[in-house]
Amino acid sequence: MFPLAVDAARFLPTARRRAVGAPALASGLALTYLSVIVLIPLAAIAAEGVQGGWQHFWEVAWNPEARAALKLTFAVSGIVVLVNAVTGTALAWTLVRDSFAGKSIVNALIDLPFALPTIVAGLTLLALYGPTGIVGVDIAFTRLGVLAALLFVTLPFVVRTVQPVLIELDREQEEAAASLGASRFHSFRSIVLPHLLPALLSGVALAFARAIGEFGAVILISGNLPFKTEVASLYVFQRLNSGDPQGASALALLMLVISFLVLLGVGGIRRWATRHDR
Amino acid sequence: MIGKHAVRYGSLLYLAAILIAPVVLVFYRAFEHGPGPFWDAISNPAAVHALRLTLYVTLITVPLNTAFGILCGIAIVRHRIPGMGLVNAIVDLPLALSPVVVGLALYLLYGNDGWFGGFLHDHGFRVLFATPGIVLATLFISLPFVVREVVPVLREIGTDQEEAAATLGASAFTTFRRITFPAIRWAVAYGVVLTTARCLGEFGAVSVVSGGLAGRTQVLTQYVQASYENFDQTGAYAASVLLAGLAILTLLLMTVMKRGDRSS
Repeated sequence: MFPLAVDAARFLPTARRRAVGAPALASGLALTYLSVIVLIPLAAIAAEGVQGGWQHFWEVAWNPEARAALKLTFAVSGIVVLVNAVTGTALAWTLVRDSFAGKSIVNALIDLPFALPTIVAGLTLLALYGPTGIVGVDIAFTRLGVLAALLFVTLPFVVRTVQPVLIELDREQEEAAASLGASRFHSFRSIVLPHLLPALLSGVALAFARAIGEFGAVILISGNLPFKTEVASLYVFQRLNSGDPQGASALALLMLVISFLVLLGVGGIRRWATRHDR
Repeated sequence: MIGKHAVRYGSLLYLAAILIAPVVLVFYRAFEHGPGPFWDAISNPAAVHALRLTLYVTLITVPLNTAFGILCGIAIVRHRIPGMGLVNAIVDLPLALSPVVVGLALYLLYGNDGWFGGFLHDHGFRVLFATPGIVLATLFISLPFVVREVVPVLREIGTDQEEAAATLGASAFTTFRRITFPAIRWAVAYGVVLTTARCLGEFGAVSVVSGGLAGRTQVLTQYVQASYENFDQTGAYAASVLLAGLAILTLLLMTVMKRGDRSS
């Protein structure tokens, strides 16, 4: 609201500034903790991954099994993004614009995949869609099972990014469009959707990053069949367990870079969206 | 009007198929043969040990990450040093990174040939395949939640009151205790709930570093996996119901806190 007031601390005499903002001690402690817990471990992956030079890195990261795992991971994550874009927006729309009995319960349930341990998520899907399920579909040890697990854990991302934007959205334009004879679909596409786009994009980007790295929800339902249902994280796990930390690190480094790029991309989308708002 | 209802029923059907029906079925399966078998499955020694280890790790992790979350939030918002944008992205990384990659990173550091592992081993200190490794993995995975909740609130309250306190001679600590903390307390509480849920449910990173020895280094999520793979479905479902119950409790707390935050 008053960005100048926040920045005023910069122009204060040093003695006052010390008490105002964080003492340098706070920043120092926070950065040290961050280094010990996050940065040094990640540096270890980078060092191990490129230990034998780039040539060697590609040889290790680009073997047929790793390639199959990466291909499957990207393909399934791509489908996850498309499905979530549609269902997430539909769910957000239902929660904001519709009213029905039990809406607040549905709203709270959306966060369940965030709160539920991933291994439990995988087990619940197996209970219903596994060999002993009651609906007569068995997707255990198939790629469809992997897809179902990833859809479960990524469900909240798009809903939770789109929902607040939809709440804030002024309905005047839509009413004007309707009075001019636009269909509901037409007014959604040309009025609502452009406003939702930045939120939708950050939602699917976060869902994509999550899908690329998911492990717990997939491990039981996929059966870890190499070349068939083995996703990237399972490949890394299996490489490490068979005593090849370098092979594991090569693919892990690739996944690390992808996650970081997605986060930088989401940050970029947010800055772009706030600039357009003004 | 038909279109409106198509969106409603379509999206709710999706939610039911992918989320609600599977979770309900796990509860049904756990109690299918009455509370007796459920209780037996929960009270066997390996399950009890796994639950205790999970709670122990959570009790260490949550206070550490809460303290860090508050400090880091203040550092990001109030302390303008170059590179804070990068710090911001790094804090978010555990949200987007595969837990297996996290586990692997700790393995490379604390394994016997690792950067620190050899040194620590020579001094009789085990990290990998022991509780410290599980704690480190959980610290990494649950790091962002308090920071993410605290940062927007700190931005919104601005520095006016803190400046006023400072000009009146309050020390930095007094300013924090009397002005800053009361303003962010709901955000901190919310972050603590999310951190706790994440700690209780962590699986991937812990799987890599703990070794998963039943009765020794097995947390509750690993107990679920081990039971299922040993064809002990009742045990797997019972432990899952316990974890799912904690998750639902988390959701309830979050809903209550949102209301509390709005009314304050």
